[in-house]
Amino acid sequence: MYVLRRLPSLLATLFAVSLLTFLMTSLLPGDPALQILGAENATPEAIAAVRADLGLDDPLPVRYLHWIGDALTGDFGRSYRTNEPVSAAIIDRLPVTAEIGILAIVIALLIAIPVGMLSAYRAGTRTDKLISSTSFGLLAVPNFMVAIFLILIFAVWLGVLPATGWVNFTDDPVQNLRSALLPALSLAIAEMAVYTRLLRTDMIGTLQQDFVTMARVKGVSNRRILFRHALRPSSFSLMTVAGVQVGAIIGGSVVIETLFALPGVGRLLLEAVLVRDLLMVQGVALVIAVSYVVVNFTVDILYSYLDPRISHGRSTARV
Amino acid sequence: MDAVRQEFDPPPTAHGSTAQGEMTTPAPNLGAPHPGAPDSAGPVNGGAVTAVGGEAAPAARKKKRGYGLTFWLATIWLAVVLICAVFADLLPVQDPLTPDVINKLALPGPEHWLGTDGLGRDTLARLVHGARVSVTISVTAVAIGMVVGGFLGIISGFFRGKTETILMTIINIILAFPALVLLLVLLAFVGRSLVVISLIVGFLSIPIYTRVARATTLAVAEREFVRAARTMGAKNSRVLAREILPNVVLPVAAFGLVAMGVVIVLEGTLAFLGLSVQQPAPTWGGMIFDGKRYLSEAPHVVLIPSIAMFLTVLSLNLVGDALRTRFDVRGSNL
Repeated sequence: MYVLRRLPSLLATLFAVSLLTFLMTSLLPGDPALQILGAENATPEAIAAVRADLGLDDPLPVRYLHWIGDALTGDFGRSYRTNEPVSAAIIDRLPVTAEIGILAIVIALLIAIPVGMLSAYRAGTRTDKLISSTSFGLLAVPNFMVAIFLILIFAVWLGVLPATGWVNFTDDPVQNLRSALLPALSLAIAEMAVYTRLLRTDMIGTLQQDFVTMARVKGVSNRRILFRHALRPSSFSLMTVAGVQVGAIIGGSVVIETLFALPGVGRLLLEAVLVRDLLMVQGVALVIAVSYVVVNFTVDILYSYLDPRISHGRSTARV
Repeated sequence: MDAVRQEFDPPPTAHGSTAQGEMTTPAPNLGAPHPGAPDSAGPVNGGAVTAVGGEAAPAARKKKRGYGLTFWLATIWLAVVLICAVFADLLPVQDPLTPDVINKLALPGPEHWLGTDGLGRDTLARLVHGARVSVTISVTAVAIGMVVGGFLGIISGFFRGKTETILMTIINIILAFPALVLLLVLLAFVGRSLVVISLIVGFLSIPIYTRVARATTLAVAEREFVRAARTMGAKNSRVLAREILPNVVLPVAAFGLVAMGVVIVLEGTLAFLGLSVQQPAPTWGGMIFDGKRYLSEAPHVVLIPSIAMFLTVLSLNLVGDALRTRFDVRGSNL
């Protein structure tokens, strides 16, 4: 089976990603013991004691094995600052980031698919040029800029949506959606432009294929050709790119969560980074990287269902 | 960084024909013959460099010849930004750090052409001096990425084999991290002066240049003039320097222009997160971030630096895209 064939490469990537996370945070300058104790309490004896307690004096491979072993059982250690377990903090924050991320992708796809198809169907016309140049322009707008102008319009001028804050879904679903809408939109705009351009290009290619001409000759309606015949073969790169773009969304969520004051994983990482909370940084970075790898792996698998040629080995999927 | 990553990283689709109607090869041609074996009649990465060879459809070629008004407007804007950055101290603008306390949040007018910020500092002066940060970071980062990444890409695309496997594995692992996450972690532990930020961003962009350069090299190495050079007995070093390099530099440079825009946005992002160059040095990102506080009373404080950043990134995209179309490498090997 295709999934099984790809499994070793997934495991290898996950191992490498965990190793890189560990090395990056362990080899960089700064003594965690000093961070924990603070400058005033840092007598040489105290530092030595903390280092021994954390196992910082062990050789690197031993430290890595300890860390990854604990991580596999869900134990990422405790925050140096708040003493909160890292895993609890992540589990607490993950739903927020996941919600705005998924909402952003859904909004982007809901707009990009019809718009991209229209643009391809009308290729070369004024409609197409308008759509193409608009999406080209949107690519040059950073997400924080989108966020500021959305806040200006919807929160400051119209006052219909909150500019900051978060309400849990379980507390009040409606308020939850209201607080998620602007952050998700801020992330969605750039994605939308990327998806639209991609779908347009692929769709134009598909519409030139013989089977589309054949369908036209048979008198199949335009709508049916577009949605039933052309959309699926045109959506392969869209899917892969949507997977790759999850990285942009995760990166963007750091900024957007900070701007909208949302309790998500992105802000958790930023706060941990600012105070150099080593174990927290390691844990969050690992969870983010692993989710990203797993998302792209899943996309690869889905892709093979949509395009059977891949699982039959005619095509080499991306690593 | 990710947005650009995908733009230049089209996945291997079976139907991936381009807007010009050129068909790309369905998949990375991993089984391509070693360039050192000129006689092997293996599959060739057809179509990948058609535009370089000028084999594109006549209509498409006609379009490509002229660059059009927007291209030149974009180039002029970029030149203006560059001049501002280089000659910031010599230009007749006010001091970017001196507050004009009476004229806080002033609208654009004769005294302050683009108004003032929340502390009464001249926006035009801060824009001009902020350009210096944007240009320094983006040029340094792109130069590092292009030189190191380009070198690694050419090496792995030309020699193939084990070198390629090892390099591409490492690169795929680095790319498995969302770029901003990696950047944050590194910045936190290494520090954040202008030099450090430029170096780290440059270092982090190496993998993507490697992929672009490798893809281009793979395509170029298959072409007839490379074979001709080999048949005439050229050594590897000569083929690399005289045949491969000139054909790889331009597509990579076109990519570099677009990447510059990404770096400028990245600086803005860092400023937002309080991780960019220390205040009070003016940066565009910092200006937008500061202005956010006065959003309801004085939106122009945010609007003006936003427009400057938008125009710069848009111009870089326009110019980069125009050049990329000219030196097109459809990235079936990315």
